[in-house]
Amino acid sequence: MAGLEEYRPIVGEGVVAELRLLGERLSGRSILNVNSTRVGGGVAEILNRLVPLLQEVGVDARWEVIRGTQEFFDLTKRMHNALHGKPDIFSAQDREIFNHATEQNLASLDLGADIVFIHDPQPAGLIRAKRDLSNKWIWRCHIDVSAPAPGAWEFIAPAVEKYDLTVFSAPQFSRELPVPEVLIAPSIDPLSDKNRELRDSEVEEVLKRIGVRSDKPIVTQVSRFDRFKDPIGVIDAFRLARERVDCQLILVGGGATDDPEGAQVLREVRERAADDNDIHIVDLPPTSNVEINAIQRASTVVIQKSLKEGFGLTVSEALWKGKPVIAGAVGGIPLQITHKYSGILTHTVEGTAFWIKMLLAAPEFAAKLGENGREHVRNNFLLTRHMRDYLLAFLYLETPHERVVEL
Amino acid sequence: MASTAQHTADSFEFRSLLNLTLLTGLRARDLAELVQHMRTVPGAVIYHHTHHFLVQHQFLSPEPPNDFAYWVSNILLEERLGEELAAVDLLRFPTLRDLRNALIQVIQGFLDRSSNLRTAPHGGEFHFMESVSYVMPTSVHATNLAEFREGLARVSLSSIAYHMFDARLRLERADNDFSRWLEHSLGEGQLAEAFRKVDPYTYTWDGLRRRLLGMVGQKLEENSRGRA
Repeated sequence: MAGLEEYRPIVGEGVVAELRLLGERLSGRSILNVNSTRVGGGVAEILNRLVPLLQEVGVDARWEVIRGTQEFFDLTKRMHNALHGKPDIFSAQDREIFNHATEQNLASLDLGADIVFIHDPQPAGLIRAKRDLSNKWIWRCHIDVSAPAPGAWEFIAPAVEKYDLTVFSAPQFSRELPVPEVLIAPSIDPLSDKNRELRDSEVEEVLKRIGVRSDKPIVTQVSRFDRFKDPIGVIDAFRLARERVDCQLILVGGGATDDPEGAQVLREVRERAADDNDIHIVDLPPTSNVEINAIQRASTVVIQKSLKEGFGLTVSEALWKGKPVIAGAVGGIPLQITHKYSGILTHTVEGTAFWIKMLLAAPEFAAKLGENGREHVRNNFLLTRHMRDYLLAFLYLETPHERVVEL
Repeated sequence: MASTAQHTADSFEFRSLLNLTLLTGLRARDLAELVQHMRTVPGAVIYHHTHHFLVQHQFLSPEPPNDFAYWVSNILLEERLGEELAAVDLLRFPTLRDLRNALIQVIQGFLDRSSNLRTAPHGGEFHFMESVSYVMPTSVHATNLAEFREGLARVSLSSIAYHMFDARLRLERADNDFSRWLEHSLGEGQLAEAFRKVDPYTYTWDGLRRRLLGMVGQKLEENSRGRA
């Protein structure tokens, strides 16, 4: 696994030095991360990388995972959906299931650390241990809780309001709380298989494998086959643009096999594409990181035409590869793209088609957007910035009322 | 407030500043709400919205202006007012209080002339945020102009930004750190004045570094010619 020094050529000497200095200031402090899964999902992916890097700069970081019955995880999945706004009703029995799992984890986990860093709602109830431990607690919310279904927020609010600090990914995902809230965006790892530099031969090999020739411009969308990602709208926009500029479309998705709705969307996408030889639909398993990396690198323009979105880190992945990106102005996407500076924000099929044409016809402008986008990601959405913000959040707990702190 | 004692005798110690962003929970949907909050929020909020673009978009050219101008132009679509807010010259104001008053004055002038206010669409509200700033030493220091040039080339861009933007406005030192040191410790009054005249808000950060390095390089050449 990559050490901090390997990030130096990417982010510069100054950034690495700052991380080491922040680490020195927190040297010996113990930080315990707790989430609900060791593998799969963005949180586990980030913790896998961050915990060793925190240790490398001198922070005594560790990571624990809560356990629970299927019943508990079914409940937390419902909670997750309800916090996103899907209507649900939580009964006294649900509360009992949640409390029971919390009690069992309180009994088995060693929560003795200077700072306990809880990720997402599943382990939020562990805050009960704070009373006896007298340490500091941070709740990191990775989801949008701004418009939950009635009753959903109330389910976890009593726990969340006991934390010393809360962390949200975007201002519009947060809600008013009686405890301090900080903004820390998620990040991509430039050294992971999904984002590392690839040799031309690796890119060509992947294109060959999926049956795509690079003899005309490639327009790509990478995302699950999900209605909120509007793959049908992407096909329609592509076809409108192709009337004026010759190009081909790759729709890359995955995970449709175990998701009935995804499978249905994939069927609809195939139907809409019909026998159009310029449209390539690629259904990949979730582990296809190098393949996705190669397809993004082979693309002339990348689309993320979401109608509803979480943070939408696929945008940063494409920008990091220097690609001009056209994306829906939803969720966290406007934080990653400033319209006409570091990408293009659109709202309609027609607007998306217009900008596909424009970017294919004006490669210098497209290249400038890609270049600006890459630098914007370098400064704001790489793992090193994420690590820096976490270190600053840990320091914040020591002087929560100061606004200028001399280290 | 951070200590101002950063020069020891003739040495210039490069420092760096990192910001953590706090959400205040305050939101504005129209200009009346915007200006109402702008009057009462802490200075760290005004600082955040006039400076974080510089951090987050430090390579963009041309750079987006401050958050208030960006929101007014791109979300409320009040382009004339947005332009006026973008044109507020941050260098003219010695303190955040003065800057806040100037921004409020521009918006209040518009409100006094307008009867109908546009409302931001759902999801496009202005979110007030606040910067918590951490000032850190770097291991880089200079005791003469040649070492200063070397340091300027080596330190992170946030260090240059700290000495050029933050020292003056956030820490209210009245002058940028570089000019003060060049003038008072090295006796390079002319170069100090040239640094003062640079409007750091109009450059990308990398462009700013190149501009400053160019001026120092030229001065070093002049000095060496003078000695020869």
